Amino acid sequence: MNGSGATLVLVVLVGVLAGTGVTLLLERSLTRILLGVVLLGNGVNLLILLGGRSGDAPVVGTAPVDRMSDALPQAMVLTAIVITFGLTAFLLAVAYRSWYLTGNDEVQDDLEDRQVAELAARNELPARDLGGEGPDGDPEQVDPEPHLRRQHRGETP
Amino acid sequence: MLVLLILHLVAALVAPLLVRWWGPRACYPLALAPAAAFGWAVARTPAVRDGGAVVEAYPWVPQLRLELALRLTTLSWLMTLLVGGVGALVLVYCARYFAAGSAGLARFAAVLVAFAGAMLGLVLADDLLLLYVFWELTTIFSYLLIGHSTTRRASRWAAAQALTVTTFGGLAMLVGFLMLGRHTGGYHWSELAGGGLPAGGYLVTAVLLVLAGALAKSAVLPFSGWLPQAMCAPTPVSAYLHAAAMVKAGVYLLGLLAPVLATAGPWRPVTVTAGLLTMLAGGWAALRQCDLKLLLAYGTVSQLGLLTVVLGAGTPKAALAGTAMLFAHALFKAALFLVVGAIDHSAGTRDLRELSGLGRRAPLLAAVGTLAAASMAGLPPLVGFVAKEAVLAAFTDQPVVLAGLVAGTVLTVAYTARFVWGAFGTRPHAERTEPQPVPAAMLGPPALLAVAGLAAGVLAGPAGALLRPYAELFGPVPEHLALWHGPTLALGLSVLALACGVALFALRGPLAPVLARVRAPVGGAQGYEWLTHRFDRLAIEVTSATQRGSLPLYLGTILLVLVVVPGGAMLAAGPWRQGVPLWDTPLQPVVGVVSAVAALLAVGARRRLTAMLLVGVTGYGTAMMFVLHGAPDLALTQFLVETATIAVFVLVLRRLPERFSARPLRRSRWARRAVGAAVGVVLAGLCLVAVGARTAPSVSRAFPDLAVSEGHGRNVVNVTLVDIRAWDTMGEISVLVVTATGVASLIFQRSRTGPRPRRPRRPERPAQRGPQRPVWLRGGPTLAERRRSIVFEVVTRLLFHTIVLFSLFLLFSGHNAPGGGFAGGLVASLALAVRYLAGGRYELAEAAPVGAGTVLGAGLAVSVGTGAFALLASGSVLQSAKLDLWLPGVGDFYVVTSLFFDIGVYLIVVGLVLDILRSLGAEVDRHIEAAGKTERGLIVDPQGRRP
Repeated sequence: MNGSGATLVLVVLVGVLAGTGVTLLLERSLTRILLGVVLLGNGVNLLILLGGRSGDAPVVGTAPVDRMSDALPQAMVLTAIVITFGLTAFLLAVAYRSWYLTGNDEVQDDLEDRQVAELAARNELPARDLGGEGPDGDPEQVDPEPHLRRQHRGETP
Repeated sequence: MLVLLILHLVAALVAPLLVRWWGPRACYPLALAPAAAFGWAVARTPAVRDGGAVVEAYPWVPQLRLELALRLTTLSWLMTLLVGGVGALVLVYCARYFAAGSAGLARFAAVLVAFAGAMLGLVLADDLLLLYVFWELTTIFSYLLIGHSTTRRASRWAAAQALTVTTFGGLAMLVGFLMLGRHTGGYHWSELAGGGLPAGGYLVTAVLLVLAGALAKSAVLPFSGWLPQAMCAPTPVSAYLHAAAMVKAGVYLLGLLAPVLATAGPWRPVTVTAGLLTMLAGGWAALRQCDLKLLLAYGTVSQLGLLTVVLGAGTPKAALAGTAMLFAHALFKAALFLVVGAIDHSAGTRDLRELSGLGRRAPLLAAVGTLAAASMAGLPPLVGFVAKEAVLAAFTDQPVVLAGLVAGTVLTVAYTARFVWGAFGTRPHAERTEPQPVPAAMLGPPALLAVAGLAAGVLAGPAGALLRPYAELFGPVPEHLALWHGPTLALGLSVLALACGVALFALRGPLAPVLARVRAPVGGAQGYEWLTHRFDRLAIEVTSATQRGSLPLYLGTILLVLVVVPGGAMLAAGPWRQGVPLWDTPLQPVVGVVSAVAALLAVGARRRLTAMLLVGVTGYGTAMMFVLHGAPDLALTQFLVETATIAVFVLVLRRLPERFSARPLRRSRWARRAVGAAVGVVLAGLCLVAVGARTAPSVSRAFPDLAVSEGHGRNVVNVTLVDIRAWDTMGEISVLVVTATGVASLIFQRSRTGPRPRRPRRPERPAQRGPQRPVWLRGGPTLAERRRSIVFEVVTRLLFHTIVLFSLFLLFSGHNAPGGGFAGGLVASLALAVRYLAGGRYELAEAAPVGAGTVLGAGLAVSVGTGAFALLASGSVLQSAKLDLWLPGVGDFYVVTSLFFDIGVYLIVVGLVLDILRSLGAEVDRHIEAAGKTERGLIVDPQGRRP
């Protein structure tokens, strides 16, 4: 079993795991998204592993060195597995929190973005942050009002 | 020169302290900093009189070829005199202008001195990048000074407008500088000037960008809107920034660059057009102002336009006239602003409709104001007259420009008359003003400036000689400055302008409707507001077009890019791997089919638990693939992680609804599946390409030998983790610590560092059942009766210590056989999870009587400590060493120091799982109890509360 690493079965499995993972990732339920991440993680871990050749266990003394599998991708994947575990726990906590606060674990559309879209539809501005502080609104402004208005009141010097 | 800059910096830093001690009087000692600059410039007069230069340079950022290169030539000498002299006088003025205990005075004094320093740096800088740095510093300080009254809306608005406009110009200018510097290969202006210019569109672009910066800073059209707004600033600021210093930076830059760039592309058309328009529009607008300060502000805009025309012209005569005008304007305009401040201070208003009879009541102030105003109007024998004569004489060969200048001068005379009449005249309708006496410190500075204007006018000849070296940069100078040139065209035009100006002022009554009607179609403030409004609108439109807020949409976009771009590249040029075998062993297709089917079923599953278990099957399948690949460490870790994942999932899924909510949008399902399929195909393809793309032998071929010789271990994967690529592992365990903290902070609504949950001291249930019944797990009795499983408790009790021992074995043997810190830590974690599942959250506290944070911290400390110790011992981080030891009864054995690193990894993995169990397990139990829904909880305390 001292092979090149990649076999058609593994390649197809990578494709299936990644494809199903992505399909779940595009869902709105956080649980499904999370399961998608796990599937995608498994697929990508396999993909990284295929970068090295397969063979006997990379433990010196149990097999000749040139028959050993490649240790480097294995070390990378090992850390990736544990990271995926941490990520899973984190997303589960997010799902729980979402359920705790809203009663379900669905990802809603971002409220701010929706507000922006509504503003755009109405051709409006949010708060006129700088514009809201325009000089007209201030009684203490040096030049308190347009000159024409003063003219109408007959205050021409 | 550097010493002067440092002096300003120090003065700015101690200013708040001095103000706290002495109040506004602290401005007197602070005035010493700009006064020192003035004195230094006076002392350097002989050095620059003959066209020489004083140069200093200190290395700063050699990689950017940026030096603290300072250079004093005639033009910068003149500006230093103005910046230092006016700065010192304004600070003296401030000492009485501000009342004791004024809000924000400490900040004001510090910023004003810092501004003086930045302005000094600006005029002394020879390196264009250094000039830019000081340029933007003055912008920022002016923002703080204009916005001095932080509670007033108008003040904040004006400050923001000035900041936005001048920063915009500054950035454009920086790009222009970079373009010029790129071409010539250096940023020292003195070298760049001799280095030959780029040509064509490149030069045109660079010049336009630099001009944008200069015009924005000097409030020349189309950027002039900010200056009248900036009159919200305290009057000393207006006198300094908006008359003598900051707005002069723009025209100073024009003057600095003109010797080289005046002939380049759009320079002259732009400066002449913008300058003349500004001069006329500003003068016209000044005629209708009632606020004396605004009148001066528009007058300043007008004069800056004039300076732009003259200093941008780039002829010897114009250059001489321009420097004289620059000098004259700073003297009379700063004096006039200070006079207005004094009027405001003593009369309580500066509105000319409310002032009357001030000339009689405050004759000294009126004399000073009138003297300065006479210079502004260009009356002999003041320096304003000399400068104006020179300007008119310099443009006698350009009739159109000359006509514009004369028209502008007419307006100048008219608004000067309006100023004097408004400030000091007597109006029959208005109530007579009763001014307070003006203190000497507020009268002295403007008087000194006005008298200086008179002196410079009388001594026009010698003064002009000092300015000649600058004009000679443009060629031989045929003119000289003098009060009397004989009956020339310029003199005639001066007289004409004076007469017309006086007439215009006399006709102010009949002309008032015209003045009101003929105005710029868009005011500065409105134009700026309109522009920022459009900008905000654009931002809203762009945001709403690109950010729909839908996570699936974002992800889908990203994934489609993955499919199209790398997928397309793969199809176009991928080095496809030839001759891939179907499988290595017959077991591979079996495992593959099972995993693939489970994955496909998981997509369609309607129940959460089903989906989770199906995904678990693919995880175990992946672990089997690792075994078949020849990766026992991976397989071990994957099996353990998969088990732990299922346990954690169950902890959360008990709270969530059993089924996924039904999605109404069935249409999008097929879109999702299509994207999924496409990504799957592309990734599978990339897999083949990646495998086929190897051109060099793998670096890891040497790993087995290295593992034994350097890492002293036989398990190559483990040695890779703790030695060869230990930095990766270090990063990864840090991520785990962060993740654990994140999980805990999402679940705990209280501090998790508080006292850990204690088992109830006197559990009621065992007491009822009698003490003779053996207790297998001490936390067991806290569970509800129907949740308890005695078999589970017994098995847990029997196995727990064995499992922990096994985890330690994996940890210690991992260096030479499959295992290691990750696997060992996961085994120990599973032991903890079993204790929790069997005995509930109090049992977990019994099993691990330490905080998760402590374990995580200890693990990270051990790992980092190992690395740091290796750094101290061998000079290389995470370098491992072999220690040969002997123990009685054991004999010779050795320890590799990387074991300690692995112990840290072990502790962190245990800490992570412990944190997860505490959060998603124990704390969620508490939530369930608090909600009173006992049926889904793992643990039910019969009393519902802790004793």
